[in-house]
Amino acid sequence: MDIFLQQVLNGLVLGSVYALVALGYTMVYGILGLINFAHGEVVMIGAMVALTVMNALLGAAVGLPPSLVLALATATAIAVCMALAFSIERVAYRPLRRAPRLAPLITAIGMSILLQNLAMMIWGRQYRTFPSVIPVTPHSIGGASITDVQIVIIVVSAAIMAGLLLLVQYTRLGRAMRATAENPTVAGLMGVNINRIISATFVIGAALAAVAGVLVAANYSIAHYSMGFMLGLKAFTAAVLGGIGNLAGAMLGGLLLGLIESIGAGYISDVSGGFFGSHYQDVFAFLVLVLVLVFRPTGIMGERVAERA
Amino acid sequence: MDRGYRDSVWRLGATAAAMLMAVLLAACGQQEDQAATGGDTASSLERVVKIGHAGPLTGPIAHLGKDNENGVRLAIDEANAGGTVIGGEKIKFEMISEDDEGKESKSTVVAQIIVDAKVAGVIGHLNSGTTIPASKIYHDAGLPQISPSATNVNYTNQGFKTAFRVMANDAQQGKVLGDYAVKNLGAKTIAVIDDRSSYGKGLADEFEAAAKAAGAKIVTREFTDVTKTDFTAILTRIKGMNPNLVFYGGMDSQSGPMMKQIKNLGLKATFLTGDGGQTAQFLTLAGPEGEGAYASSPGVPLDQMPGGQAFTDRYTKTFKQPIQLYAPYAYDSMNTMIAAMKAAGSVDPKVYLPQLAAIQYQGVTGNIAFDEKGDIKGGSISLYKVENGKWKYLETKGGG
Repeated sequence: MDIFLQQVLNGLVLGSVYALVALGYTMVYGILGLINFAHGEVVMIGAMVALTVMNALLGAAVGLPPSLVLALATATAIAVCMALAFSIERVAYRPLRRAPRLAPLITAIGMSILLQNLAMMIWGRQYRTFPSVIPVTPHSIGGASITDVQIVIIVVSAAIMAGLLLLVQYTRLGRAMRATAENPTVAGLMGVNINRIISATFVIGAALAAVAGVLVAANYSIAHYSMGFMLGLKAFTAAVLGGIGNLAGAMLGGLLLGLIESIGAGYISDVSGGFFGSHYQDVFAFLVLVLVLVFRPTGIMGERVAERA
Repeated sequence: MDRGYRDSVWRLGATAAAMLMAVLLAACGQQEDQAATGGDTASSLERVVKIGHAGPLTGPIAHLGKDNENGVRLAIDEANAGGTVIGGEKIKFEMISEDDEGKESKSTVVAQIIVDAKVAGVIGHLNSGTTIPASKIYHDAGLPQISPSATNVNYTNQGFKTAFRVMANDAQQGKVLGDYAVKNLGAKTIAVIDDRSSYGKGLADEFEAAAKAAGAKIVTREFTDVTKTDFTAILTRIKGMNPNLVFYGGMDSQSGPMMKQIKNLGLKATFLTGDGGQTAQFLTLAGPEGEGAYASSPGVPLDQMPGGQAFTDRYTKTFKQPIQLYAPYAYDSMNTMIAAMKAAGSVDPKVYLPQLAAIQYQGVTGNIAFDEKGDIKGGSISLYKVENGKWKYLETKGGG
């Protein structure tokens, strides 16, 4: 039982991060119908920037408390990622807004490769150690163990997601975003500044990505120039699973995917009598993607496709 | 009118330039041909001999690939500075270093590039997964190949007379590790994880067989891959089986974070891994949680090598960074090849290959001699444990 509880906890930690990143995919898709494949790389840049700031602050030996160092690093990472996402949208996506759908998709993939290689040039090719400022002493909950970092991941993700839902539902910006998602042309006619709203969407998604990057790096104490690629793909899967374009769907999809992966990898071998092993962990994520696309293309909470087309 | 005139002048110039280029290229090609066939050009000029090197220069284990490249570079620089004379000719070695990205698919492409560059021999590749497919291409081209670090048994089992290695293979290492886990560490139940690479799987298979033979029970076999940093799902499963020992066949990029997660999950088992984890990078990545991990490494530790200290000094002085892992072996591979060329009095692969097979060379890592398959004779395996954040040398097994 404690092992099952542990797998559920593992899944929740993994899923919280997927959910945070999936929100960035889903927000952009909801408004532009664009799959921003460079989003995973924004997560990586967030982790790398935070790592650099932390090393600089800790190395300078000014004696700042570790939690403040982490907060400053996260703030810097958020700022950098926001600026980055803003520029990406301006440079790579806005000129192509009226182009056929394939063009911005290819640009997004190109952007992803560009950012990865840029990061490789700046931060090097090796795995970098992320300073562990939050103590990692594991706590025991009913036989399962969880570290402080993992508690922070779950709590912070939940808080951010709640905040985002409130923002979208109850503020002027949120209403403008919903209006733009519904119909950009009409929203524009009603006095919504479409360009500003689209920029805001990218920037908010990037802030979430930066936080996700810091959380992932802190959890594994590792940052690496290619860390965003697989994470981005998984988060995209989570967004599709939940219903791409739907915020609550992305959160649900992220958590579900985390649980499916964790429990799947933990129990497949017992269930299949050793025929399938734990190397099928990634297969679950993408099997889920295929099944969703075949049987329910709109995802669990997705709207009808007709509305978008 | 004016424009037409300028156009035709431009065209004439371009044609002339193109012809000049063609002539120059042809001349270069001829020179290279002579170099490769070892023609007796009695010239006072240095003769350039190209040496191929291949390894992952990008990707998760780029630091190890670069380390090997540095080892070869150091050997070449020293040979050039010392004025190497082979067969009465002054030789200048030149390295052609190619990036195989640690990928099977890229390794054969890179091998062909190296063969086409008309090298006299190859040092590489780093991984077993890249070394084995590439070895066929070098063999077909008749090029001697010395791998500093590929340890998969199959590399020298293909019957290629051109394939050599200066490091004990997985069969030797896995056997020692399996034996050590049961007899020295007292493990009765063991969980085995590997990264599905030729190296990781090969080592884990040999370990499993040896541990079983020594009387231990293998409770589970789990898998991951070289892009992962999250192992919580498989480690949690292993925790449920409560084994005495967890063995990992793979590289430090995975074993470092894995060790951390083992401790965080409260998994009380000894951690043991092979030479891919016995690195400085493992210590950095695992952090304080790395304490108590065991790992093996073929050969003897740097400070117990005959020329270890001197080599470390030269390496750090030249490259301003610590040795990662296999640099001494890359260095010895290159020097062994040069020694064979000197003994044969020729840089022609056909001529010096028999000398290489019969070589007796005292290298930095120890005495180098090959058996009939191309494996190093008397390859020894050393064991280490992390104590106070450092790899502490325990003992050396096997060899002789």
